[in-house]
Amino acid sequence: MEFSFLGIGILSWITFLPIVGMVIVLMMPKDQRDAIRWASLTITALQVVLAFILWQNFDKGLAGINTISGMQFVEKASWIDIKSVAWFGRVHIEYLVGIDGLSVTMVMLTALISFVATISSWNIEKSVKGYFALFLLLDTGMMGVFVSLDFFLFYVFWEVMLLPMYFLIGVWGGPRREYAAIKFFLYTLFGSVLMLLAMIALYFSVNVYIDANGSILSVAQAMAQGTEGLEKIYTFNILAMMDPGNFAPDSLLAGVNTAWRYIAYVGLFVGFAIKIPSFPFHTWLPDAHVEAPTPISVILAGVLLKMGTYGLLRISFPIFPDAMHHYAWGLALLGVISMVYGALVAMAQTDFKKLIAYSSVSHMGVVTLGMASMNTQGMTGAVFQMFNHGTITAMLFLIVGVIYDRAHTRGLNDFGGLMNQMPKYSAIMVVAFFAALGLPGLSGFVSEAFSLIGAFQTFQTLTIIAAITIVLTAGYMLWTLQRVFLGSIPEKWKNLTDVNNRELIMLVPLAVIVIFLGIYPSPVLDLMNSSMNHLAGLVQEASTAAMLGVR
Amino acid sequence: MPEQLLGDITKFLPEITLTVMFLVAICADLMFRKSPQIVAGITLTGLILSGAFVLNQSGMNESIFGNMIAVDPFAVFFKVIILMSAIFVIVFSLSSVELQTASRRLGEYYSLLGGLALGMMLMAGASNLLMMYLAIELSSVSSYILAGFTKEAPDSSEASLKYVIYGGLSSGLMLYGISIIYGLTGSLDIYEINHVLAQGSVSGSALAIAGILTLVGFGYKISAVPFHFWTPDVYEGSPITITAFLSVASKAGGFAVMIRFFKGVFIDPSATHLPEGMWASLSGFEWYHVVAAISVVTMTLGNLVALWQDNMKRLLAYSSIAHAGYMLMGVVVLSNEGLAAILVYFMVYLFMNLGAFYIVMVIANKTGSEDVEDYKGIGKRAPFLGVALTVFLISLTGLPPTAGFIGKLYLFAALLNSGWIWLAIVGALNSVISLYYYAKVLRNMYLRSEASEKKTEMIDIPRVQVATVLVLLVPVIALGLYFTPLVEMAQASVKMFGSP
Repeated sequence: MEFSFLGIGILSWITFLPIVGMVIVLMMPKDQRDAIRWASLTITALQVVLAFILWQNFDKGLAGINTISGMQFVEKASWIDIKSVAWFGRVHIEYLVGIDGLSVTMVMLTALISFVATISSWNIEKSVKGYFALFLLLDTGMMGVFVSLDFFLFYVFWEVMLLPMYFLIGVWGGPRREYAAIKFFLYTLFGSVLMLLAMIALYFSVNVYIDANGSILSVAQAMAQGTEGLEKIYTFNILAMMDPGNFAPDSLLAGVNTAWRYIAYVGLFVGFAIKIPSFPFHTWLPDAHVEAPTPISVILAGVLLKMGTYGLLRISFPIFPDAMHHYAWGLALLGVISMVYGALVAMAQTDFKKLIAYSSVSHMGVVTLGMASMNTQGMTGAVFQMFNHGTITAMLFLIVGVIYDRAHTRGLNDFGGLMNQMPKYSAIMVVAFFAALGLPGLSGFVSEAFSLIGAFQTFQTLTIIAAITIVLTAGYMLWTLQRVFLGSIPEKWKNLTDVNNRELIMLVPLAVIVIFLGIYPSPVLDLMNSSMNHLAGLVQEASTAAMLGVR
Repeated sequence: MPEQLLGDITKFLPEITLTVMFLVAICADLMFRKSPQIVAGITLTGLILSGAFVLNQSGMNESIFGNMIAVDPFAVFFKVIILMSAIFVIVFSLSSVELQTASRRLGEYYSLLGGLALGMMLMAGASNLLMMYLAIELSSVSSYILAGFTKEAPDSSEASLKYVIYGGLSSGLMLYGISIIYGLTGSLDIYEINHVLAQGSVSGSALAIAGILTLVGFGYKISAVPFHFWTPDVYEGSPITITAFLSVASKAGGFAVMIRFFKGVFIDPSATHLPEGMWASLSGFEWYHVVAAISVVTMTLGNLVALWQDNMKRLLAYSSIAHAGYMLMGVVVLSNEGLAAILVYFMVYLFMNLGAFYIVMVIANKTGSEDVEDYKGIGKRAPFLGVALTVFLISLTGLPPTAGFIGKLYLFAALLNSGWIWLAIVGALNSVISLYYYAKVLRNMYLRSEASEKKTEMIDIPRVQVATVLVLLVPVIALGLYFTPLVEMAQASVKMFGSP
């Protein structure tokens, strides 16, 4: 293990560092507000450093996805090991983390957005200690989801996020925070119990062999070397679930294109779709975004939404390629509906935050459409769009936060002519808005283009409709710019100050990333390329086989 | 024969200890009227001693007193649950303001708690219908008195009376069911009844009537819908300590006796074609469908009605009804796996439910209120209690990384593995509903603040109470992160005397 410190690997550090930070914060006296803020900032900054190390040492040639040898920075330990009894097999759950091209981008994004959100949290004044403790717990949950390779572990991290998020929206949010917080909580829990059932069903369907040292062998490997000294167990290992050969022949989810596989897929999908959020599960998002404090909106849009699409790519696609193929058109349709619907509703908004919330629904629709194409371009575009949407929308929410801190209103029609009053602010906002509407030369364009090119090969009509949405997006984005920046400035805003240094520190790096990746996207694209190729191949191959009825 | 009896007595030591303790406590109460702590001490000693004897029984698998009582791992597990919760409740009672201000003699209270525990212990082992009935009655009579103990409190006497009336009705019905079974099979011994039934000469419909009537008695004990009507009133009117005890130990006894009845009487011993650990029901009376229906109704109604409650005790009462519904799902699957899931759930439920009740009591000690509305601002006024109650409620909802999740996980796993998928989905959706009312408490504690000035001072609680909360809190988190010992213990405890 090359990248370890104190015997603990780098992925565990990046995941559990915030928990360490949380304990530190909890031990600090309540009135030491600045010390608490700096401690949290240090922790998230360390995460960024670790993410940078991961990025620098990431081997772009390894594909990962369904092979443990293709995963990088893997850490493995036995967590739960319950010996078998006569009527119930051995339970063996591993602490298994590792990253590939799909997750490395998300890990980087999470570190970056958490850092930026911490800076943005500086002017939170209400119960600072509680706020940062919950924030750091949330951070661990997010990071954990992206590094877990064991479904049980994944689920635990997935659920760990719920409670801090509930409190962060509910305690520090706007006037309707109670409603928004409980709505978020109930929606997500509804999705996750369905995911839990699908997870248990998968567990009882997948067999692997375990040897005396605790190494896991697939059925094929065990058959090749003989099952002498091996014990047959069920497993939560996500990689083992991707191998059709591991499904016990008479189990619930064995075979291809069976009704139960479709049902399990739909259960998982609802769990993920609520997080994305895809139409028709999106209604919690505008409420949560509008009521959440700025940094939490940033986290929500920047990272949390990505978990839904990440879950689809990490779990649904490779484990249920047949069901995926069966429902691909439906998935693409939901993506397009989300795009069009999100854009149309965004156009009607007069609240700045709501506008961006609906634009998120629309942009995540692009991701869904891109991945539904099931080819390399579409999926690469989807993952790149996840990354770009994370940075761009984080910027947009920060921008709203900046103006709200000064004017205490988010009404779009209340503003006008800010261009002269706040020039630096306007420059950054123009970058973010043009990136969001997909102007060539900025990062959003590249990923949307990839997604649509990929999607066009599979779904012509839908993609044409989706492409028209770009015009709608340009429409509401430009109209918003016009309403806020152009025209004459109302008398009451004459004393608004431009962005201060703290705000520049959080906004400029994001703007640089957005511009840089727009001109030269390769650094991120290269990271995921081989993984996406491999995933597309895997899904295509499996679904072709399924179509032909091969078992 | 006398040697046999003497041998059996040594296997009856936990119960004998409790009986002796009960008598000593009554005498002590007469001698030391002014200091009920002495009686409490005696009861506590008796419970701990009895617990030591119970632990000594682990691994035994026998039947004593002519098949009256089974001493098997299954009974031992439930005895441990009952004794643990009795010990916790005595500790709770020592710091309960509500009890100290009651004018009745507290010594009686402690000795009756011992008697109640004895009845429940007998329920855990009873393997003869008459013994089952007597054990249920013994525990019921003690709990009637305890429920009305603080008779100055307006609801207490009402609670007690309701409890008696419902109890009388349900035990009457149960006795009728038992008499029909006796008439059909000519025996009260569950093993012999099973033997007669296995020959297949008994009419299915008569058996179904008898089975359902008997189920009324059990349903009353575990407060399953539609036999639950007493629960909210009794839980609200009784002292909190008794409510906590009834919600855990009484349910434990009820589940133990019910599972033993169904598994002992209705399981087909000749079904050997099944995989190990699965059972088959005798044809004629498909009782598990009845239990499945009761389970669905119980959890759904418990959760839905809990949504409207604004008294913490009532809220937790309905929540405990819902939890009985979850646990009933484990009975339906007819396998050791389902049984193990119930046992896992019970151990977890012991900690999280007692913990929630204890915090309600500690807060009521200070604020004098059990109203959910009066929890506003508690998160600020008592940070430790707030966090602890949050963990207990989250665990009751079943979210990781708390132990409540492990309980639900094993239940759902048992259901999915045996094909009861619709029931698993109903159970899962129910836990989403339950989140709403648990979150209501969280909302009041943290999201809302008390408007009036005088209710903002900090609530200080003694060290002992902090320690008690921690003893309950640590297992809830630790067992959620590392549940190997819990599951191993549950899996070792599914063995019942006389069953394959």
